[in-house]
Amino acid sequence: MTQLRVAGRTRIADGPAAAVLRVLIPVVLALVVGGMVLWALGKNPLDYYGYVIERGLMRRSGLQETFTRMAPLLLIAAGLIVAFRAGIWNLGGDGQFLLAAVISAALAPVLIGVLPRAATLVLCMAAGALVGALWSLLPAMLKARYGVNEIVTTLMMSFLGVSLSNVLIKLAFFDPDTTVPQTRSLPVDERLPRLFGTTVHGGVLIAVVVLVLVHLLMTRTAFGLKLQVLGANRAAAIHAGERVGRLTVLAFVLSAGLIGLAGAVEVLGVWGTVRADWNPAYGLLVVPLVFLARLNGYAVIGFTLFFSALMVGGESAAHRVGVPQNYVLVLVSLLLIFLALVEYLDQSRRKRQAA
Amino acid sequence: MNALLTEPFLVSLLYGAVTAGVPLLLAGLGEQMSEKAGVLNVGIEGMMLFGAYAGFVAAWYAGSFWLGFLAGAIGGAAVAFIVLLLCIRRGLNQIVVGIAVTMGFQGLTSLLHFVQFSRTYPRLAAAPVLALPGLSRIPILGKGLFDHSPLVYLSVLLVIALTWVYRATYLGLSLEAAGNKPSALDAAGVDVIRTRSFAVLCTGFLAGLGGAYMAIVGAGLFVPFMTGGAGFIGIVLAMLARGRPVWVLVGAALFGVSLAMTTALQVAGLNVPTDVVQMLPFAAVMVVLVLFARHSMLPPALGLPYVRGER
Amino acid sequence: MVDASLRQVTKRFPGIVALDDVSLTFRGGEIHVLLGENGAGKSTLMGLLAGMLKPDAGVIAIDGEPVTIDSPRRSMDLGIGAVFQQLLLVPSLTVIENLMLGGPWWQPLKRAAALRRFGELATVLATRIDPDAPVTALSLGEQQQVEIMRALWREEKMLLLDEPTSMLTPQGVEDLGRMLRRLRDKGVALILITHKLLEAYEFGDRISVLRQGRLAGEIDPQRMQSLSESERTAEVLRLMFGAGAHADARTNDAAPAPLGAPAPAEASTPLEAPTPLGPPTPLEAPAPLGAPAPLEAPDLAALTGRKAHRARPVDRRQPPMLRASALATAGDVGEASLREVSFDLWPGEVLGIAGVDGNGQKHLAEVLAGQRAAARGRISLAGRDITRGRVPDRRRLGIRYVTDERLGEGTVATFSVAINLVLKEIGTLPYWRHGLTDWNLIQESAREKIRAHDIRTPSERTPVGKLSGGNIQKVLLARELGAEARVAILNKPTYGLDLQNQRLALERIDAAAKRGVALMVISTDLDELLEISDRIGVMYQGRLAGIVDNGLSTGADAERKVAALMTGAAAA
Repeated sequence: MTQLRVAGRTRIADGPAAAVLRVLIPVVLALVVGGMVLWALGKNPLDYYGYVIERGLMRRSGLQETFTRMAPLLLIAAGLIVAFRAGIWNLGGDGQFLLAAVISAALAPVLIGVLPRAATLVLCMAAGALVGALWSLLPAMLKARYGVNEIVTTLMMSFLGVSLSNVLIKLAFFDPDTTVPQTRSLPVDERLPRLFGTTVHGGVLIAVVVLVLVHLLMTRTAFGLKLQVLGANRAAAIHAGERVGRLTVLAFVLSAGLIGLAGAVEVLGVWGTVRADWNPAYGLLVVPLVFLARLNGYAVIGFTLFFSALMVGGESAAHRVGVPQNYVLVLVSLLLIFLALVEYLDQSRRKRQAA
Repeated sequence: MNALLTEPFLVSLLYGAVTAGVPLLLAGLGEQMSEKAGVLNVGIEGMMLFGAYAGFVAAWYAGSFWLGFLAGAIGGAAVAFIVLLLCIRRGLNQIVVGIAVTMGFQGLTSLLHFVQFSRTYPRLAAAPVLALPGLSRIPILGKGLFDHSPLVYLSVLLVIALTWVYRATYLGLSLEAAGNKPSALDAAGVDVIRTRSFAVLCTGFLAGLGGAYMAIVGAGLFVPFMTGGAGFIGIVLAMLARGRPVWVLVGAALFGVSLAMTTALQVAGLNVPTDVVQMLPFAAVMVVLVLFARHSMLPPALGLPYVRGER
Repeated sequence: MVDASLRQVTKRFPGIVALDDVSLTFRGGEIHVLLGENGAGKSTLMGLLAGMLKPDAGVIAIDGEPVTIDSPRRSMDLGIGAVFQQLLLVPSLTVIENLMLGGPWWQPLKRAAALRRFGELATVLATRIDPDAPVTALSLGEQQQVEIMRALWREEKMLLLDEPTSMLTPQGVEDLGRMLRRLRDKGVALILITHKLLEAYEFGDRISVLRQGRLAGEIDPQRMQSLSESERTAEVLRLMFGAGAHADARTNDAAPAPLGAPAPAEASTPLEAPTPLGPPTPLEAPAPLGAPAPLEAPDLAALTGRKAHRARPVDRRQPPMLRASALATAGDVGEASLREVSFDLWPGEVLGIAGVDGNGQKHLAEVLAGQRAAARGRISLAGRDITRGRVPDRRRLGIRYVTDERLGEGTVATFSVAINLVLKEIGTLPYWRHGLTDWNLIQESAREKIRAHDIRTPSERTPVGKLSGGNIQKVLLARELGAEARVAILNKPTYGLDLQNQRLALERIDAAAKRGVALMVISTDLDELLEISDRIGVMYQGRLAGIVDNGLSTGADAERKVAALMTGAAAA
């Protein structure tokens, strides 16, 4: 409640302090309400949060795992930022991610036999990005040419992509030496290099760089501004003479390509293989994070760190405190709702003040 | 191939198709009502899941299937109430809130289930069926289509009822106007916010009912994340069916058959990968879209909050 | 007979008092005209009666009983029917379905009863509309008739109309007048809101004048009849603009003199959003007229609807700047597409395009700007074929387009003024180099344009959507009427602006023409076109029905010819 008072009394102008406050209030509110849910169910919220923080952020192994977890999330976020800024609801991330993962996983063990490690890794990542981009082409064309709603088409292509990935693993790329259907494994020392003697792989670095590049692309270039005009007012983009169809397809392809890259990085950095029926379902998971960060690339890094730590810590807490790991989803959802509410209240308060 | 025409295969296919299709039908019909009224209800997956949980728990503790269905429907409507408060009343982004609600209830139902049942998944007794007199005697069709939970027949009747509501009642006109030109509805003296709220609550009610059917009749148990994207398929069905309930029925049947196909194929002793079969309805819809795609098939005001005096 | 009155009603909005202590009575069997300029409080008053707004103080009484009108439904229950400026019909429904909208939701449609009521009203209004036609198949005039039916649907008691003639042909206006008089004779209380003086005389039994939220005065039916037309004009002008105004109104025959007078600086408008950027800088020298009249003579002339026009010497022996030959477009269902449109446009002239909305004007503007493809025909600029050129190509050649949808497509409301000023140049030099944005340069040039065009905004970083309509239009004009413009197409450049900004926009257009720009001005306001244009073309059902010369010697003759063309009569 005190937080609400703060919001009511302080003049939240447009400064960095205000931005921090606008994020901090919802975070605290979400943790408080989430804690109340736990408490109502007879769990000690302080135990839970303490354990999550300790496991996710304080311990070396936990922190390494948290950073590792961030890589795919950051890349997917980068892809979603491009799409959302352009006003495109790419909800097909799961299919794009998985197909790219499967193709790069299938490709890597083959290529490593003929090419050096670096070339293999780069080629596999490129292949992943390409596959992701290809999988968005149909929704992109339908949207650009006929205005078919991309929510429907990307969702369907996502379901299709997930199934197709499984088909590919089971029928085409399966490793004959394993009982569970999975692709041939890329040996651990042929995967993305580890950073500074930790277990964190280089994909994290790639992800951060890509995210920063995407942020700069959106804020500092003509192409980024064109996408933003398209997203904010499609009619204005047409009026200004932009090739709206081409921009739409480009935004789709870039978005899905980055999500595909996420799939490749996850496979090349962590797993080295894809098992049948594996689907981390990151595609939809990242959507709220991107909105929490208001499509700002730098803020996304913060939220992804927060979320990854919650996920990693929450997984350990599941055994220890008796709270299932999916409880993290409740926190994210509360966070999202409170963030939206605080923003709404702030806006309507400003409107009143302007009066 | 002869194995495919045997009675056990066909009965299992039809029976399974109904079981898998009914939740999709209910979700699609619910979503359709929201979309008609101009609300894109992405939270429907969360409504189904909470409906499944609430339905299962009520049926488990009260021992009554009907109470289970009722609890599921009310549970779904409760989730819809959150969407209503945030999106309709406060005008927050419908897609963001929808995804938040879906994720939130994925987490919450997992938590609640874990707290109650830990890692066990208790099973309900088989739900009672109502064999339709006469019809259920028809070979193959009878066993496959007319020997189900009464809720199944009610769902099909709902298609007819909703068709009538949309075509021939004042409510139908109001819903249509709320999605196409809310300001006209407002000027006609009907509260747009209230109309949309009603639609969203109905969506929650139907989606919750669909979820409850999944848990109580379909699976007989509750598993976290058990709706597995059925809500999203509901969204797809509603968007493709435009305003016509009967097309939701057709779509739900198509998806139901393909979902049931895998089990039926195993019954027939054929080992076709389930994934291939599951791709079929999605692929079919994409092909239809590519071949017949025309301009947006959604109400113009879809997804936009209504504020009197703006526009 | 019904008797509705406002007693000392006050309504405030952020920053302004829209209605200030207004008392008025509306009576059955009377057409009561509410007259006033934009922002005088007319629409606010309508909103109060229609249940869209609530008064901050004062009472509304129906038949002597104080009532609270807190919703449109309540307003309807009280027997008040309203026809708003924008059409409020659901496009996906039929006429009768639109009329049935709002019945008790739990009941099945009572179609037979509705059709009966439809028949009754159709008789009263003497219209012939197919109740089962989809509303999109009706003309705008017919759609308005459906709106009137809906307003009277419950009972024929009270009818409010907000600027009902703005979308009608002269013929349609006549039909509307006949309809209103029939209703009056049946005892309905009619309230007609308008800013056009001539309409007030034509329709009104009683005229009330609103000025800056206050009731400036009323002319009752007895006085209306006892006064001669010129006396009435003088009286109304006195009410609208205060004492002394009527003297200036007489000057409207002395052709360009009063109109050449500079527009008053906008700072004098009390209704503009108070967002000054430094001290207000008048565009031109202050008005030289000695009398400190609240408004200057040109505005009075504009209100009387009889204006002199701005004539320019146009040399039509030289080759035209823009030539359109047999242009045609393909349109969606319900859109008016172009058919065989040909014309020439010379440098330094204004070609007005008149016509009822929806007769292909939008397509004409878009096809010239490059925003819409021509299905057939040819466009050439100074002899060069540009038919296939896209918007940026044509813009580079000097073709500019000011759209009528200022927030719909002209600007991105959430983006800053600075970005909106370069919206059509994204990616080009000097603001972008190798695709990289030079924000400093963009903002610097924005500040310059804000100064030069007197755009009232807190800063160049303010979202353009927060500006007033007049200032948004200034942003568009600053963007489109720069030094490089050779041809400019302006669609409804004064629509929805208050008087000051209307004058300002017309000044800009005139100044551009004098610089040698070839201009096309599309408008539904014939008076405005008669004032600004050298020639007036008329769009009718996608064709250019004819072009009427509006030179110095034509005058009233041009008006008559244009009006005839607008209804589809034979080409002039």
